[in-house]
Amino acid sequence: MADDSVSKDVRKASASGAPKKKSALSELFAPVAGFGVSFSTMFRKVATEEYPEKPRPTAPRFHGRHQLNRHPDGLEKCVGCELCAWACPADAILVEGADNDDTPGGAGRFSPGERYGRVYQINYLRCIFCGLCIEACPTRALTMTNFYELADNDRGKLIFTKDQLLAPLQEGMLPPPFPMADGMEERDYYQGKVTAATDSQRTYVDARDASEDAEAHAAAHDSDASGNVGAALPGEHDVVHATHPTAAATREGANP
Amino acid sequence: MGLEEKLPSGFLLSTVEGLAGYMRKASIWPATFGLACCAIEMMAVGTPDYDIARFGMERFSATPRQADLMIVAGRVSQKMAPVVRQVYDQMPNPKWVISMGVCASSGGMFNNYAIVQGVDHIIPVDIYLPGCPPRPQMLLNAIIELHKQIETSPLGVNREAAARAAEEAALSATPTHQMKGLLA
Repeated sequence: MADDSVSKDVRKASASGAPKKKSALSELFAPVAGFGVSFSTMFRKVATEEYPEKPRPTAPRFHGRHQLNRHPDGLEKCVGCELCAWACPADAILVEGADNDDTPGGAGRFSPGERYGRVYQINYLRCIFCGLCIEACPTRALTMTNFYELADNDRGKLIFTKDQLLAPLQEGMLPPPFPMADGMEERDYYQGKVTAATDSQRTYVDARDASEDAEAHAAAHDSDASGNVGAALPGEHDVVHATHPTAAATREGANP
Repeated sequence: MGLEEKLPSGFLLSTVEGLAGYMRKASIWPATFGLACCAIEMMAVGTPDYDIARFGMERFSATPRQADLMIVAGRVSQKMAPVVRQVYDQMPNPKWVISMGVCASSGGMFNNYAIVQGVDHIIPVDIYLPGCPPRPQMLLNAIIELHKQIETSPLGVNREAAARAAEEAALSATPTHQMKGLLA
């Protein structure tokens, strides 16, 4: 100890010429001087994001949950081409296309073109949110939203079906199936000539709903195999997993 | 474990359940268990920017014996699988598992022979968290979901009954390989 202080004094003396005398005040506050940083930090703005209460907005092009878009009259933009599924590096997307059917008594028309995506599923436990599906989509049917709160307690619930992915109906939109706007063909939809559902489409949908109601009354428990499978019914998994147990209940040690 | 497991079913048990759930959810200590890139986001959650301490999770435990929550952050290789299981077994009950990121949850884009296709093949998972990697807010969201689950978790005889019901449901459910149709 004595040696140490001597050597320090010698070094100080050699550096500044003479040993410095500290004031009584600085000697007094020396032990707590280190807290100066902590103390001054108390007056700084808090950097913490108060997540569940006040989340910061994401970047505008954040890769979040997908959305299947609609044309301005409500017809789906997806043409069931499966390019998104082919582009997906994680094999997270399942698409099954089907033909639109304008004949009376047929399955109906869901998109303006020849075909539509009858089944559309994205497995969010495979999806890596890379956005290659969005780049691959030829009709801008598939885009990404800024929604990211996807955590769940079941693998099955994280396979999103078409009814979950489809964009909600906006003002002036009708729920498919219904025929294209009068006098329009597929290319007119992409050229922006269709801006809202027309009156004839409206009457068609009303008539369709009325006849469906009548049918439903006639055969309450008839299972319908045709049409837009993923969109019409909740997925089999949705039903099965609603009654399924959580991991917490089945864990080891739960049964002592 | 403790006295709460010996209580008879009734209002006493349900009161203790509520109280224990409230206490437990607010003081979870996660085990340090980063396996890959998701661990970087998990570390980010510990920084002042996101501040996991707000949820009573200040301390990332360096030993599984003092941890309640295992955040499996990253892909689990076949070689790592026994280690994951051992770390889980070393944690004292009650314990919870968050499978963070798509790789841990289902293998993600690594659908190959080297990666376990979902950590729930090895250990029971309470919360699955998608994302590659999930942003810190997503992990916080998963933690909040877990809190909800812990708060309502049954104890003692109620837990036994719940486990029995769950087992029966699992036994009577259609196995995935027998599922027919589009979602199989």
